[in-house]
Amino acid sequence: MIDATDSFDAIIVGAGPAGSCAALSLAKAGKRVVLIERGPFPGSKNMYGGVVYPRILDSLIDQWWTDMPVQRWVTRRTTMLLTDTQAFSVDFRTAAWGQIPYNGATTYRPDFDSWLANKAEAAGAIVICGTTVTGLIRNSSGAVCGVTTDRGEGDLHAPVVVACDGVNSFLAKQAGLYTHDDASHFTLGAKETLSLPKEVIDERFGVRGLDGVDIEILGGTSGVSGGGFLYTNYDTIGVGVVLKLTQLAAQKQRPEQLIAALKSHPAIAPLVEGATLKEYSAHLIPEAGVAMMPTFVADGLLVAGDAAAMCLAAGIWLEGVNFAMASGMYAAEAIVEALALGDTSAKGLAGYVKRLESTFVLQDHRKLRRAPQLVLSDRVQHMYPHLVASVAERMFQVDNPLPKPGLRKIFAEERKRLGLRRRDLLKDAYDGFRSFG
Amino acid sequence: MTIQISFEERMNTVEFRIDKSPHIIVDTSVCATCPSRECIIACPANLFVPTADGGIVFNYELCFECGTCYMVCNNEGALTWNYPLGGHGVVFHRT
Repeated sequence: MIDATDSFDAIIVGAGPAGSCAALSLAKAGKRVVLIERGPFPGSKNMYGGVVYPRILDSLIDQWWTDMPVQRWVTRRTTMLLTDTQAFSVDFRTAAWGQIPYNGATTYRPDFDSWLANKAEAAGAIVICGTTVTGLIRNSSGAVCGVTTDRGEGDLHAPVVVACDGVNSFLAKQAGLYTHDDASHFTLGAKETLSLPKEVIDERFGVRGLDGVDIEILGGTSGVSGGGFLYTNYDTIGVGVVLKLTQLAAQKQRPEQLIAALKSHPAIAPLVEGATLKEYSAHLIPEAGVAMMPTFVADGLLVAGDAAAMCLAAGIWLEGVNFAMASGMYAAEAIVEALALGDTSAKGLAGYVKRLESTFVLQDHRKLRRAPQLVLSDRVQHMYPHLVASVAERMFQVDNPLPKPGLRKIFAEERKRLGLRRRDLLKDAYDGFRSFG
Repeated sequence: MTIQISFEERMNTVEFRIDKSPHIIVDTSVCATCPSRECIIACPANLFVPTADGGIVFNYELCFECGTCYMVCNNEGALTWNYPLGGHGVVFHRT
């Protein structure tokens, strides 16, 4: 244990991807940094929907792919629309994503987060696990200047604190950086990690070696808005659901029941058949993007990663770890600047926001700001999977002696059958184009 | 067929290092008057159990610390929510 009288240049709360990248970046810049984690080891509290996109690490860890704990490299991704009995898939694969510099990888978060924290430690950061930060310490002018912990004599002091304390960020809330606490901004992710022999995974998913598959699913969560996912690890698969919190109770369906329903869908069941549960897990997801983001900077305080709601949940793009890593790194860069100028006020730390604004972190979020709401809307959730699947079914069904009806006719009939107004369809198409175009 | 397991068996796959004192305290007298009781359905660890007399029994021990209960709880003061003592609570597994 370190001496509490030690003083640091920065205190990082939470050794997830945001915190470890902040600590690594600061340590590399020669700063005295302490990284505090409440779990017994980094990543022990963390789970996610499966894929890390690590290219942001290029600037922090030379050839990160040589020792990053990887289950499989995602070389095949499928977007799947489900109704109760149908599945419509867009399936893409490329050999390029299985080669340097890679694209996305599946990995266990306890492995990945521990690896990243070890990098920070190796660069000179002090990593303290098993310690929960209980609050912020402020100086006489109200600036944050340290944290209290649940260890006796456990107060720590530094001119800057970075709150990387995850989706529930009590530190950002305590600091008043969130003006709202709206349940509709969150989804619940519940996942089963299922054991299957590697050879069986390779056969079922049509991959070899360390190539892997990521399937994002729309529909298949019964009446609850949300989605599903299924991805391959080396000798396990992850299958789970993402559920709109505010609809769970109304639908009277529990998370594990919805996972079971997804697993019994005719398109999913053959993929998970015979697999045994290795670990069940659950976590909240900050789903609403820009609409829910807090103020990022206060005097002596920055917020990064899930704590700043930087998860990108935009239907066909589901990312978060990359945003966390980048925001942690940019927080560190801004801190180095602020320390050099001797000004760690919100004004002195403004370089953080500038970096977020000028990079993918906020640019992707701004570009896709309409997407989360659109994706979770009733029509996208409950009507379009039916529309697409029914149109596809009639397109490919051979009803001889009847002639083929033609796409336009099928589409118009199915639209009417589902009670979809042309006006709403056009509006959603326009929103979709504005969101994703 | 997929293999069916009980909820208890499901939770047995997760490691918990149980803190001596609870990190979540539920004022069940508030719950007794709650019309929605969304926690019963939403908690992924199924920790909120309705009783025959219309109350709720809560046990903090096998908790994911996800925050779902306090996000869905509409009743001010029903839940006091903190993280467990450092090193305690849920521990997801490394390979």
